[in-house]
Amino acid sequence: MNRGAILAIARLTLREASRRRLLWALVGLTLLLVAATGWLFGKAAELTPFEGGAQQLILSQLLVMIAFMFSFVLTMTAAFAASPAIGPEIENGMLLAVLARPVRRSDVLLGRWLGLALVVVGYAMAAGYMELGVVRLMTGYLPVDPMVAPVYLAGESLILLTLALVFSTRITPVASGSIAVVGFGLAWMGGVAGGIGDYLNNDALRNAGTLAHLILPSDTLWRGAMFALEPPPDVLAAAGSQARIFTVSPFFAGTSPPLLWLVWCAAWTAAVLAVGILLLRRREL
Amino acid sequence: MAAANSAIARETGSAATDGGGMGTPAIETRELRKQFGRTVALTGLTMTVRRGEVFGFLGPNGAGKTTAVKLLLGLSRPTAGEGLVLGAPLGDLATRQRIGYLPELFRYQGWMTAHEVLALHCELAHVPRATWQAEIDEALELVGLAERSNDRVETYSKGMQQRLGLGVALLGKPELVVLDEPTSALDPVGRQDVREIIGSLRARGVTVFLNSHLLTEVERVCGRVAIVDRGRVVAELSMAELLQQKGVRVLVTGLENARAIAGRFGQTSLDGEWLVVDAIEDANVPALVAELVARGGAVHAVVPARHTLEERFLSLLGAAPDGAAPDGVAPDGVAPDGVAPDGVAPEVAPTGSTEVRP
Repeated sequence: MNRGAILAIARLTLREASRRRLLWALVGLTLLLVAATGWLFGKAAELTPFEGGAQQLILSQLLVMIAFMFSFVLTMTAAFAASPAIGPEIENGMLLAVLARPVRRSDVLLGRWLGLALVVVGYAMAAGYMELGVVRLMTGYLPVDPMVAPVYLAGESLILLTLALVFSTRITPVASGSIAVVGFGLAWMGGVAGGIGDYLNNDALRNAGTLAHLILPSDTLWRGAMFALEPPPDVLAAAGSQARIFTVSPFFAGTSPPLLWLVWCAAWTAAVLAVGILLLRRREL
Repeated sequence: MAAANSAIARETGSAATDGGGMGTPAIETRELRKQFGRTVALTGLTMTVRRGEVFGFLGPNGAGKTTAVKLLLGLSRPTAGEGLVLGAPLGDLATRQRIGYLPELFRYQGWMTAHEVLALHCELAHVPRATWQAEIDEALELVGLAERSNDRVETYSKGMQQRLGLGVALLGKPELVVLDEPTSALDPVGRQDVREIIGSLRARGVTVFLNSHLLTEVERVCGRVAIVDRGRVVAELSMAELLQQKGVRVLVTGLENARAIAGRFGQTSLDGEWLVVDAIEDANVPALVAELVARGGAVHAVVPARHTLEERFLSLLGAAPDGAAPDGVAPDGVAPDGVAPDGVAPEVAPTGSTEVRP
């Protein structure tokens, strides 16, 4: 592994994102999102003061749904940024001149991944914290773990970024981007099925959820983000029976992901990148 | 593969791991083969490129030239065979620092300026940062892009992008420059510029490996050439050898086995009524004629047939029409009055310099 080459490719990717106005588009989208949700929460606060447990629960559900939309935007960003990152550069010959230098194919893949990861993670964190800040400002609502929620969202986008990038070594950008977006949807549905399986104590549904999380662990991190955005346990307890109805909601997580699942997310990312390196090495230029 | 490469290194007295291998050829390959599934792109490439020479790599479309270039640069792995580049095994990472490459399919980041592209390649090629500016300025000047260096590459014409590619290939004072069809997008002025750049590289002792199908370009700049056909080198020789090989065209009648007799003097073929004898030494031409006459033949005319590079190229590929076209120059001595010895007017006006008398 050539650290200098990886960093050079990562810097190149960041500059490209900036020069091609991807960064500016993301900044614009973030400001728009923050302004829109600030207005929405402000209006809602005018109608109902968010003080009781049930009201906070409603507010958290609203926030989780906005976060879900945001995670979809993040997924799309990751997929569309990563899916043309390798394949088209092989096909149009741009990589030939780079790989004729003392640069390994793995350096190119890892450099691309690092650069795109910085873009997507930076976007997720900045937009996430701004969003939480504006909600706090407009309603006074503070979720159970506001600092961790954007980290989970960033992690989720990294999983899908990795998937799109690795597929981009072999298939067309449209196909690899589509796989990442559809994968996001399927993993989420798997997680919902698993949640229903837990509620109904149904092994088949529970196992389907576990399998989905093993194959594509993005939903594991999404559930972590959801849990972090929910009200603190004492507020939930105060809501009492009113809180029970939310436990079957696809936008409710009863617990944060166990450490072992987080380790699996990291291992999955490393393993998929390793597969990507192998695929790229075997590809004829 | 590494073991095979080491075998070449041992035989040639080089050390593949000595980090330089200055005593070794710039490129040496043996039976290099590349197969894509069932398709054989390169059957068995065996050639040697000496240090400091401008080496032409010629062949028809689909002969495996670009595949060979990719193997030499480590961009593709051979299915079989062995090779050394600058004394190191094919694909050696450190050696790539000493190689400049202009791909046939040249394309650079359109959103960058030429200056930025060159800086990126300085970084990737491990050029010391202190010399980047000088290297970039020199490359821009050499390829004629100094005035457009701060414009985005996407605003460049194809020819300008190829010039930029040439500039990229020249960064870091490479010992070997591999140019894959370097003038395909250039106008005549650009081609002349490239020839001059190749000339200056040769003067500095840089080895140039020129992959081209433009015969005139190769003829003008290359010292030696390899001609590749169907994935195999069919000839590797100096340009002088390639062009000096010549033959004669003989108009002979009354002898059924004239071609068999002439076969002892060179490679024979028929071109209409003419018997063409290739690769015959000048000194043997009188003996050939004497033999034909002694066997009862009537020799009406003997004219030299010099080959252009194109004819030699086609002949080596086995695609040439029977015999080589004469260069329009006939020997003074065939018949001073333009009439062949037996009174039959020769087809070609005798205005040349080689004297041949039957």
